[in-house]
Amino acid sequence: MSSSLLFTIATLTYLASTVMFFVYLAVRSRGVGLSGTLAALFGFIVQTAALGLRWKESYDMGHGHAPLSNLYESVVFFSWAIILIYLLIDAKYRFRAVGAFVVPLALLASAWAQLSLDSGIAPLVPALQSDWLLYHVITCFLGYAAFAAACGVSVMYLFKARHERANGTVRSGGVFSLFPAANVLDELNYRAIMVGFPLLTIGIITGAVWADYAWGTYWSWDPKETWSLIVWFIYAAFLHARITRGWVGKRSAILSIAGFAATVFCYLGVNLLLSGLHSYGGG
Amino acid sequence: MKTDANGFADSIWRVFSSLQLTIALLIGLATVSIIGTVIPQEGTAALENYLRTISMSTYQFYDRLGFFDMYHSWWFIALLCMLCMNLIACSLRRLPHDWKSITQPPMVLDEALERSLPLSTLLEVPDDAADIEQKASSLLRQEFATPTVNRCGREIHLFAQKGRCGRIGVYVLHASIIVIFIGVIIGSLFGYETSVEIPEGGSVTRIVTAKGTTIDLGYTLRCDSFAVSYYETGVPREYKSVLSVTDKGRTIVDRQAVIVNRPLTFRGTTFYQSGYRPAGPPAFHVTVRDRSTGSTARITARQGETVSLPGGGSFRPIDYVPEVRPSVPHAAGPAMLAEFIPAAGEPQTVLLLQRYPEFDVRRGGGLVFTCDSIDETWITGLKVVRDPGVRVVWLGCLLLVGGLFTAFFQSHRRIWIRIAGGRIVLAGSARRSHAAFKGFFEDLADKLQKM
Ligand code: HEM
Repeated sequence: MSSSLLFTIATLTYLASTVMFFVYLAVRSRGVGLSGTLAALFGFIVQTAALGLRWKESYDMGHGHAPLSNLYESVVFFSWAIILIYLLIDAKYRFRAVGAFVVPLALLASAWAQLSLDSGIAPLVPALQSDWLLYHVITCFLGYAAFAAACGVSVMYLFKARHERANGTVRSGGVFSLFPAANVLDELNYRAIMVGFPLLTIGIITGAVWADYAWGTYWSWDPKETWSLIVWFIYAAFLHARITRGWVGKRSAILSIAGFAATVFCYLGVNLLLSGLHSYGGG
Repeated sequence: MKTDANGFADSIWRVFSSLQLTIALLIGLATVSIIGTVIPQEGTAALENYLRTISMSTYQFYDRLGFFDMYHSWWFIALLCMLCMNLIACSLRRLPHDWKSITQPPMVLDEALERSLPLSTLLEVPDDAADIEQKASSLLRQEFATPTVNRCGREIHLFAQKGRCGRIGVYVLHASIIVIFIGVIIGSLFGYETSVEIPEGGSVTRIVTAKGTTIDLGYTLRCDSFAVSYYETGVPREYKSVLSVTDKGRTIVDRQAVIVNRPLTFRGTTFYQSGYRPAGPPAFHVTVRDRSTGSTARITARQGETVSLPGGGSFRPIDYVPEVRPSVPHAAGPAMLAEFIPAAGEPQTVLLLQRYPEFDVRRGGGLVFTCDSIDETWITGLKVVRDPGVRVVWLGCLLLVGGLFTAFFQSHRRIWIRIAGGRIVLAGSARRSHAAFKGFFEDLADKLQKM
């Protein structure tokens, strides 16, 4: 069995999980919701095995390195991390409907990687041969995944809050009755960012340590670094906004969504759109 | 009564220490930072590069705004300074209150305090007060933290707290940002960054900084050798300089391998592998065998140099690749290309693979060439950095992460108990994780009731 077959199975399972969550929202059957979560769990296990297998395959090819070294591998790891965060949220809070807003993000990442990214295992160029790369990528992507979950929850918040305003909290029914209450979603958004922010902080710092070892400068304001700082500023603003009155709820949700948009740009936009200007834009 | 001047100073202070300003500054910094990721930061010197994409008037406009080195422009630095001042002002404004709340907490649960706390509950117990105090104390000790006991007349007050560092974490976190800035400033004032080239076998004792100052290293840095190795795909695997340091004839660092990601640090100066170039044309050692007589001769030729062959004719190396796999599948290792002009006949191009000595046999003809070795001498390029601030930056980063975790995951929790006759009031508050604390509080009330 090859890792690429397992990756395909994981992707299809995430697709199935996404469909089940949408069906769950439509028919409101608890069994369907549960099977959505179980499918995500199964996909996660398969994908974990696939990552391990790919690691082993790279050793068999004679230049073993962790599967975190190029765009394909990072996108796959991103989807893995999103599912991990989702499963943790589910284990802790058991809000099934959250799956319908978080699992699709993992599906998107995983499907994109399988369908249109180069999945070849290439040996590492000298600059990437560092353990700091591993720490850097893992912490950054776990942080990104927490932000992805926060974004999904924020979108739910915007729907739910509008619904609550229109109908009052008492009356329930329709899709939105499956959502946690707006203030719970607001809190969940904050919690996810409380996990993501320290991870991103460690990610930026380990990146700086790595740059210091590899190039002798811990910070050089290249577009990638700068965008990670932009993302960091946005979430710092979010955290401070929570403490000031009047910034909870809708504005918080919008800031969280903007933060995730900046995160995606930091991750993909910089490589795909800005790297034309800078030879060192990748990474 | 405040005078007008005082009122003005006061409102300035209030703006400067406000969180609204923090949010505005953070979002502002995030927004303006985008500029420098869209406009390449090559500095004003790269005029021609810029004029390829923008007009002269746009260039001048951008230049005036400092967009070509915007992260060092006065207005960007001013924004960062504002953030620092905001941070300091805000911390100074809040620290006294937070400090007092952990060093001199209200130990007596009076009515006013009780009303201000988010959780409080009244329990009726039939026991006499002395015994209740014992039991409540040991319950708190078991379940939470050792309480302090205060007596006010007939009332007994117990107070216990946990997670005080949760209140200090935020201050550590904000101070760490200042520490990082201090590290950056130290580096830019007292550090330098430059590069040096050393040929294999050569050495340097001084370096020249980007500003043109010559710095005496105080020791001799020698490059013993340099090598590049390749993967079979032809992609570089490793750039390696072997460096030694000697001081007054004494060897202090002996033949240390310096590769990318593993620099050499000596007396506060760090040398990074950053580039390489050939010191001159490579030399090829080739054996020439006469197919009919079996006699051999060894020749050495540099790239581009024509060497005459023993039996007439000439041989001129043209080029070589260190790894031939990408262009000749199923082969590996170095390959050289040469022009061979026989004593009689047309010039021929010969391809020699170092790892396959018999490869040239198939070409036919009277002479068979084998490439024995290729000597290339290199000049290694090292980046030289001295940054006395970098340790301060890492210290700041450590404090930042530590502060962040304590601020986020340590909650300052306090519990008060007032015992008056058969009535017990239990009250408490937590800075974070209110839901978890509420559960704990209700549990505690249950246990207190059942005592
Ligand atoms: C890059 C700059 C900054 C970063 C990364 C940062 C980070 C943080 C974080 C992570 C928290 C904890 C938030 C929470 O409890 O949810 C916090 C709290 C806080 N920050 Fe900042 N901060 C920065 C700048 C500032 C500045 C300039 C001020 C000045 C006003 C400030 C004032 C505060 C205050 C008052 C709190 C609340 C403390 C509390 O009540 O728990 N911060 N900051």
